[in-house]
Amino acid sequence: MKQLFTILLFLTVFGITNAQDCLLDKKPVQNLVQDYADVLSDVEEQGLRNALNRFNDTTSTQILVVTVNDLCGYDKAEFTYTLGEKWGVGQKGKNNGIVVMVKPHGGKGQRHVFIAPGYGLEGVLPDAIAKRIVENEMIPRFKENDFYGGIANGVAAIISITSGEYTADDYVKKVTYEKYIPFLFILFIFILIMIVKASRTRKYAHTNGMGFWAAWALMNASSRSHGGSFGNFGSGGGSFGGFGGGSFGGGGSGGSW
Amino acid sequence: MKKSWIIIGVVGLLIVWLISSSVGSYNGMVTRDEGVTGQWAQVENVYQRRADLIPNLVNTVKGYAAHEKETLEGVIAARAKATQTTIDPSKLNAESIKQFAAAQDGLSSALSKLMVVVERYPDLKANQNFLELQAQLEGTENRIAVERKKFNDTAKDYNTFIRKFPKNLFAGMFGFEKRDYFESQEGSDKAPEVKF
Repeated sequence: MKQLFTILLFLTVFGITNAQDCLLDKKPVQNLVQDYADVLSDVEEQGLRNALNRFNDTTSTQILVVTVNDLCGYDKAEFTYTLGEKWGVGQKGKNNGIVVMVKPHGGKGQRHVFIAPGYGLEGVLPDAIAKRIVENEMIPRFKENDFYGGIANGVAAIISITSGEYTADDYVKKVTYEKYIPFLFILFIFILIMIVKASRTRKYAHTNGMGFWAAWALMNASSRSHGGSFGNFGSGGGSFGGFGGGSFGGGGSGGSW
Repeated sequence: MKKSWIIIGVVGLLIVWLISSSVGSYNGMVTRDEGVTGQWAQVENVYQRRADLIPNLVNTVKGYAAHEKETLEGVIAARAKATQTTIDPSKLNAESIKQFAAAQDGLSSALSKLMVVVERYPDLKANQNFLELQAQLEGTENRIAVERKKFNDTAKDYNTFIRKFPKNLFAGMFGFEKRDYFESQEGSDKAPEVKF
């Protein structure tokens, strides 16, 4: 009896840990860049994520970039489209999801990359084109261990090919004045800064006994040195709303190196 | 007097329940049944897609390996046989699926023979057109695997639906029968490896 219990316990524990290991058995992780193989730096990851979030916001096309260490015993194609199908990458009905899978570690011929488009994108991203992107944009860079370069170039090619296919319906509806609100806001702040700056410049010009524009140029030159800190804010890509239930039909192509 | 009203009420409620649940299950069965038929169309689509790639492939190979006549003709003959074998969706059963699968498997094995032959022609393997055909063929084999799996999943969903109590009673009444699966033949459960 006790033995049976131990066996059962062992089986359960083994079953659970086994399931945890494989990405396909996990619940969808709502994130467009998932670097499990750890080949991207935080900054690179965030930059890529912002670009993909923006692309999702404007076109509703969802591109999932995932790097993994383990294909759970599947081949690269089956793993990639099964992941897309299970997690529902893309919008339901449009099926406009794409999964870009990279398995960067392993021996020669055990390192794989695969691009799988959902049903809705098989027309714009046929297998032959996916193959070309993989062979021309990605694998040459992967061979030099430039994973960010390969992924970024591959994603850029996919974006330029698929950007005309779908537009975000919600986004199109808001074409009225709402579009100009952020612009007006920025303009307002800009004018405010200018007024403050101008009054400071006038003071500066007055105390140093020089012309207004000379003082303006001088102040701008000196303030440029700490302008760089603004760069860190970046342009946020917004947040990601989650996968929409797109479906995959097994299309796409990949390669190994 | 009072007792008989209660009985009539209970019987009435039972009848209402019976009708509404049978209508609900009937509609559910129709939806799922149509789902299976629709998914079969998808299966035939992807096989057709493969067949459509073959003339182009054969022509490309011919340009480099014209004297592999026998293999090329084998592929063409298998393709002709495979495209002739289609199934009327209303006659979708184990027997017809088996015939369909046999014809398609014939084409699969003719294709893999061709791919072995191709190994001997490095110029052909470097041809851009051929490489793209190869990518399309691989993609199509994957699509076939996906649609077959989806067909079996929808058939399983339908079969589970009609066999559950009390729907099994209605299913018998309305003539809904168990649907057959696209069984894998010996050694064909995996997509044939297309390696060059």
